[in-house]
Amino acid sequence: MSLDAATIRRVANLARLRVEDDEVPRLQAELNGILGWIEQLQAVDTTGVEAMSGGGDAILPLRPDVVTDGGQAEAVLANAPDRAGVFFAVPKVVE
Amino acid sequence: MTYVLDGATGPWEVVIGLEVHAQVTSESKLFSGAATAFGAEPNSQVSFVDAGFPGMLPVINAECVAQAVRTGAGLKAEINLWSRFDRKNYFYADLPQGYQISQFEFPIVGKGVLEIELADGTRKDIGITRLHLEQDAGKSLHDQHATKSYIDLNRSGVALMEIVSEPDMRSPEEAGAYLTKLRQILRYLGTCDGNMEQGSLRADVNVSVRKSGEEFRTRCEVKNVNSIRYVMQAVEAEAKRQIEVWEAGEKVTQETRLFDTTRGMTRSMRSKEDAHDYRYFPDPDLPPLVLDEGWVEELRAALPELPDARRARYVQDFGLSPYDAHVLVLEKETAAFYEEVAQGRDPKQAANWVMGDFFAALNRTGKAITESPVSAKNLGALLDLIADSTLSGKLAKEVFEAMVETGETPGAIVEARGLRQVTDTGAIEAAVDAMLAANADKVAQYHAGKATLFGFFVGQTMKSMQGRGNPALVNDVLKRKLGA
Repeated sequence: MSLDAATIRRVANLARLRVEDDEVPRLQAELNGILGWIEQLQAVDTTGVEAMSGGGDAILPLRPDVVTDGGQAEAVLANAPDRAGVFFAVPKVVE
Repeated sequence: MTYVLDGATGPWEVVIGLEVHAQVTSESKLFSGAATAFGAEPNSQVSFVDAGFPGMLPVINAECVAQAVRTGAGLKAEINLWSRFDRKNYFYADLPQGYQISQFEFPIVGKGVLEIELADGTRKDIGITRLHLEQDAGKSLHDQHATKSYIDLNRSGVALMEIVSEPDMRSPEEAGAYLTKLRQILRYLGTCDGNMEQGSLRADVNVSVRKSGEEFRTRCEVKNVNSIRYVMQAVEAEAKRQIEVWEAGEKVTQETRLFDTTRGMTRSMRSKEDAHDYRYFPDPDLPPLVLDEGWVEELRAALPELPDARRARYVQDFGLSPYDAHVLVLEKETAAFYEEVAQGRDPKQAANWVMGDFFAALNRTGKAITESPVSAKNLGALLDLIADSTLSGKLAKEVFEAMVETGETPGAIVEARGLRQVTDTGAIEAAVDAMLAANADKVAQYHAGKATLFGFFVGQTMKSMQGRGNPALVNDVLKRKLGA
């Protein structure tokens, strides 16, 4: 599998990354290199091995349903580029 | 009867599937310890996890998991002991993480079934495809400023259950019945409050049309419909639009649409066109969710009685008509109220009072059953006063009206207003004698053959006793005195 330039632009767009035209060939080469490594891994016979998404046999720890957080609007808003009172303010997004 | 819409080329069948987002009832959020209560000060119930700050780790809420399992069990669905969370990637101003934690490939609940009942009594099984847990997004306010949208993240990270049906519904009525029944089950289970006005329950409606006997045609998804009535309207409006498209010789394109409630039409939601490639992948912060089978069985065993079972019990054990049983189980608060009134009393009489005078009083005062001035305990006490002959049916209604006004117990009202029924035969005889003496002319007419005057005598006697005479005894005494 190899990625063409159009796919690179599309993936960048989906990730909201601005990629200049002259950067596309370099990114294309790098990503295709990574996919090449993945293809090598495909050669390993994994018959009978269960798919896993994380390390070891870890399972999800559960926490009790108790309110332990919140009440810190100022801290949450502190890094916002723009705000209006206790709201975040963003350029208008309208459906 | 199959529901069809008539187009220029003949009848069309409508195919409907629903994706319902139900807010899980819990104190805190799915992956953070911030509160979930509705209506709080903006951004006051937000943890750094919910705000998508770097380096924060989500930790799952056990109760939200339990609620999903309970709901799955209530929908007679498979519970998957192994499930997994994935990231659904898209950009929107009210999604600070840049992805929603959801379950894509391995949901916690698999196939189930929900039985609906239509107005004509027909029953139909609607398949449940799956139920999965996911995070809600924040809330955007677009109408506060000319060029800005305001964002409140209080809802960000609240647990949702997405409940997906099979495309098994064939009419707006079936879609409405499905959502009604699902809401009822969720409320009985206590896993979602079902409050559609506050957005606790929202539906995405998938609609397509086809000619009888055809395979499915292309469907469109009408997003975020927030009432049962609107779901039914959206189905019809969208189906009619698609029929026009097909009949004009064009093709329906798969897309997301919005229902404009004021115009009763759906319209295309262009802005999300490009966002459909969600690039799901397993969330690396969250190992698989593995449930203990014993725990699942415990949750299953502790499920409350669901509406269908309760309705059957009312018919079988209480002798109620299927219709009365249906009405009483619609809302779990009503059923609980009724059962408290009926407890240890005549269940039919209790049903008549709850559905008659009591419902009428709620309607009249515009109050919900949970804020009723007449408690179930007090209504039960009123029935006891009827049973022990303290009150006649007529007096009981009078006492009941006073209970609605004052919220007092029937006993207190009876004492304070002297409404106790007179069952003392001597007192009744005295009242009858006095009345007959005062109406000697009518008595003569009665004996001359005007039998209809009997009702007049009953009325006069009751009037002289301020309505407190026991009607049966008054009748008896009158008959005896008049030699009838």
